[in-house]
Order: sequence, then structure tokens, then C-alpha cells
Amino acid sequence: MKENIAGYLFILPNLLGVFFFIVLPLLFSLYLVFMDWDYLKGFSGLTFAGLDNVVRMTKDEYLGRALVNNAVFTAVTVPLAMVTGLMLAVIINRFVYLKNMLRTIFFLPYVSSLVAVSIVWSVLYNARSGPINSFLRDIGISNPPGWLASPQWALIAIIILVAWTYIGYTLVLYMAGLQGIPKDLYEAASIDGANRATQFFKITVPMLKPTSFLIAITLIISTFQVFAVINIMTQGGPLNSTMVMAYHIYLQAFQYYKMGYAATLSWLLFCMIFIVTLVQWRSQKKWQQHF
Amino acid sequence: MTKLQFNAMLIKTITTSAMLLLAVIILSPFLWMLSASFKIQADIFNYPIEWIPQELNWRNYATVWGEKYQFVQYYWNTIKITVFTVIGSLLTSSLAGFAFAKLNFKGRDFIFLLYLATMIIPSQVLLVPRFIVFDYVGLVNTHLSIILPGIFSVIGTFLMRQFFLTIPGELLEAGKVDGAGYWRIYWQIFIPLAKPALVSLLILTFTWTWNEYENPLIFLRDTSLYTLPLGLTNFVDENGTDYTLVMAASVSALVPLIVIVAFFQKWFVEGISNTGMK
Repeated sequence: MKENIAGYLFILPNLLGVFFFIVLPLLFSLYLVFMDWDYLKGFSGLTFAGLDNVVRMTKDEYLGRALVNNAVFTAVTVPLAMVTGLMLAVIINRFVYLKNMLRTIFFLPYVSSLVAVSIVWSVLYNARSGPINSFLRDIGISNPPGWLASPQWALIAIIILVAWTYIGYTLVLYMAGLQGIPKDLYEAASIDGANRATQFFKITVPMLKPTSFLIAITLIISTFQVFAVINIMTQGGPLNSTMVMAYHIYLQAFQYYKMGYAATLSWLLFCMIFIVTLVQWRSQKKWQQHF
Repeated sequence: MTKLQFNAMLIKTITTSAMLLLAVIILSPFLWMLSASFKIQADIFNYPIEWIPQELNWRNYATVWGEKYQFVQYYWNTIKITVFTVIGSLLTSSLAGFAFAKLNFKGRDFIFLLYLATMIIPSQVLLVPRFIVFDYVGLVNTHLSIILPGIFSVIGTFLMRQFFLTIPGELLEAGKVDGAGYWRIYWQIFIPLAKPALVSLLILTFTWTWNEYENPLIFLRDTSLYTLPLGLTNFVDENGTDYTLVMAASVSALVPLIVIVAFFQKWFVEGISNTGMK
């Protein structure tokens, strides 16, 4: 009994915060889905809209583009960061000196302010005279990509930059995961005559499954919400080639003050993340080990 | 030294060199930023890239930190928000994490599961209603609008719980036998043991809050209240094509944090490894 009360008291401060800043806004947001709100008129601008917001999504010319871009962005960025991080982790873990120093260097992009990083890369990507294109011309590519200025390349440019920041994250987690694989597994395998590649695919990769799962889930959730890079580097352009959900929602809510519609869009994003997470969870019950 | 050992060393040396080269490539955007910040505008895009400028031009930094811009103010705002958020979240997270790991109370595991579930809620869902409510109660355009939600960290609670789970429950029982209340057990036994986890959480929360962009963008209006990331974008808006100035501003915003994180990297890595959370 006493322990019950103590338990509640200990979680109370945090619970109150979670209630006021997560649970309540969540419910309020769901309510907004069915409302139309001309925000500049204050509360008198709030009217019941039924399913208008949902219907409106079917006529939203940016939405389709945003969904496709989000899907492409996540589907490319996450595997790219994971594979690179895994390879680096295996190499750094076993075959190098200066382990800690290398790990620190590789994760610096991840801890750096995405804002500052986006600003720097905007200049690096400068199509006419930026260092990246100067280098490409130098090695014989006479017509380098237009990067952020080109509808074909802008999303790719953003993917490269974001993957660059995530490598540190995947590397650190994979290195931690590698520590957990018993060394004798590899010894036994090499006695059986398995070469390095076989060991990698038959031992390392399967043993790292829980880690991979954790990384995949967290990265999918955060890549679906990509915002800062887009807002700073391209504002969804050129020609909507980098329009994504989070930016679309931001525009609707804080540029056009369509609160009801913005909330509806945000729930669509939420549903997508929820479904992807659920599917992943189902496919990998092993995750439960982590608790 | 046998031939085998020699070969192993040779391989290791070669891969180390290759990785160092890769590390330089990974760092090259930062190196470019640093060198560009000391150049004059006319030289910035010279090719081959002059990694070390012929002469160091400090004028960009003088301008960035001069009276015309408010970098000192941005720093001060960011420090203020970060300090309050970090202290608050360490406190609430360690309290809740302790209870979730070590105390038996009704509904504990259910509440904790709900906690975890909130982590998949995208911030966009919460920002719109939060903005409306904060606007209504007059919190928009104050630092409190950033600090308050930051104090109650679900990830922090998760990290602290995971750590407290590793501490034997006998310590709690021993404390009880000695007649200590739950508060004293938490404060005098568990908190001192939790120093590594607290430092990890500190450095993680510090970095996240320091770099936070979306919340300040939405909630802060006056430039005098801006945090560093916001101030930086503001600076870029005003000096768009003066790239050397922009790079000096970026260095000013980035380098102190990079130094701090590099210094605390061990704790940082542990924090990420133990939560797997961004």
C-alpha cells in the first residue's frame, strides 16, 4: 500500500507533464480533425466540419507528392545509413587502431545542429561554383547535377546529407551490438572453415537483428518527420520535388493557419508511422528482449 | 614476432589509414566551413580548394559577434533554455525511472507501456494543439514554451528505468530494513549509484535541447528571444549570399557544442546505446 502511494508520487511529476504536453494535445488534435478553424478569428472562428478535412485531403495536390517523397526519403535514407554504419562498425570494431577517436569523428555530424549543417551543405551544393561541383568537374564530369536547384536532384541531395548525419548514430549502436556477440562463435566458425564473408552473413548479421530492428524503428520514425533540412534548404522546392508531410503540415498550420486541416494531415502522418511500426514489431518479436 | 602477427599488424595499419582517410572525408564539410569562415568573399569558391586560407581573415568573426547581430543574446537564450530543461528533465526522469524500475505499484507496467507508446507520436501531431493552447494562455513567445514540454522526457524516463533495473533490488530492501523512507532510498542510495546514467542523460538532453529547431521556430517570435539555431537561420536570411560571413556564423554556432560533445563522447555513446533513441 505504502509502496503504491510512493510509486505514484515518484512518477507524478513526469506523468503530469506527459499528460499535459502529450496526452491532452493528442486528444485536442483529434478533435481538430473534425473542426474547421479560421485561427485569426480566435475561438469564434471554430466551426464543426464533419469529414470536410478528410475529404479535402483527396483534393490536395501537394499531399500525393509529399507522401511519395516521404516514402522515397525513408526507404533510401534508412537502409543507406544502416548499411554504411554496419560496415564501418565491423571494420572499426575489429581491424583498426584508434577505435575511440574514429568513432568520435564519425558521430560528430550526428550531434551537430542540423540547422548549421544544412546551411553549410547548402553552400557546398551550390550548383554553379560550389566545392562539390567544382570537384566533380575536375574529375571529368562536365555536367554535374544541379543539386538543390534541380527537381531531379534536390531530394537526392537531401538524402545524402541526412544519411551523413545518421551514420554516427547507426555506427554507435552497431558497435554496441557487436560487443554483445560472443567471440567464440567466430572462433568456432573459422575452425569449421567459414570465411570472413560467411561469418559476417551467418553470424554478425543475424546476431545484430535486435539492434537493426531498434535502429530501423527509430530511424523510420524520425525520417518520416524530416523537417528542419527541408525548411532551411529547399522549402519543399524546386517544383515540390522535396515537399514532405512535416513541411506541408507546417505550412498549413503556421503559414496559412488552417489548424483543422493541419491536424488532419498530422494524423495521417501518425497513422503511417503507426502502421509501419506495427508491421515491424510483428515481424520481429525479438524486440521484446530489449525491455 | 611471427609472420602471422606481422601480417595482422600490417592489415590493421592499412585499414586504420583507410579509415582515417574516410574520417577526413566525413569531416570535410566541417573543415570547409572552418576554412571558408576565414576567407574573403572573392576567394571562397576558388578551386582547387584552399583548405588553409593564404591569410586568416578574422573580420567575419568580428562582424558576426559585433553589435549589429545578437549572437551573444542567442547564446545566452540557448544556455538558459538548455540549463532549465536539462535540470528539470534529469529530476523528473530519474524520479519516474526509479519508480518504474524498483517500486511495485498498481498499473506500473501498463503505464510504462503507454509511456513507450507515446514515443511514436510524431511531433507534428502535438505542435498544432500545443501552439493553440500556449497561445491561449499567453506562453507563445516566451522561453517557457520551450522549457516546459522539454522537462518531461519520456526517453529520459526510459533511459533511467533501464539503468535502475541493473541495480540489485536488495539495496532497496536493505534501505527499508534500516528504516529509510522511499525518498531517502532514492536520494541517498540510488541517485549516487546512477551517476553514469545521469551524465549520459545530461549530455543527450543537452545536445537535443541545444539543437532544437522546430519548437523555437513555432513558439518564438522576437529575435531577442531566439535560440542559436533560429538566430543562425535569421542571420542567413539577412546575409544570404555573403557565404564567408555565413560560415563564420555557422562555426560560431557549431564549434562549442562539438567540443563539448567530443569531450563527453563516452557518456554520449553510452546514452545512445542504452536507449537507441534519437
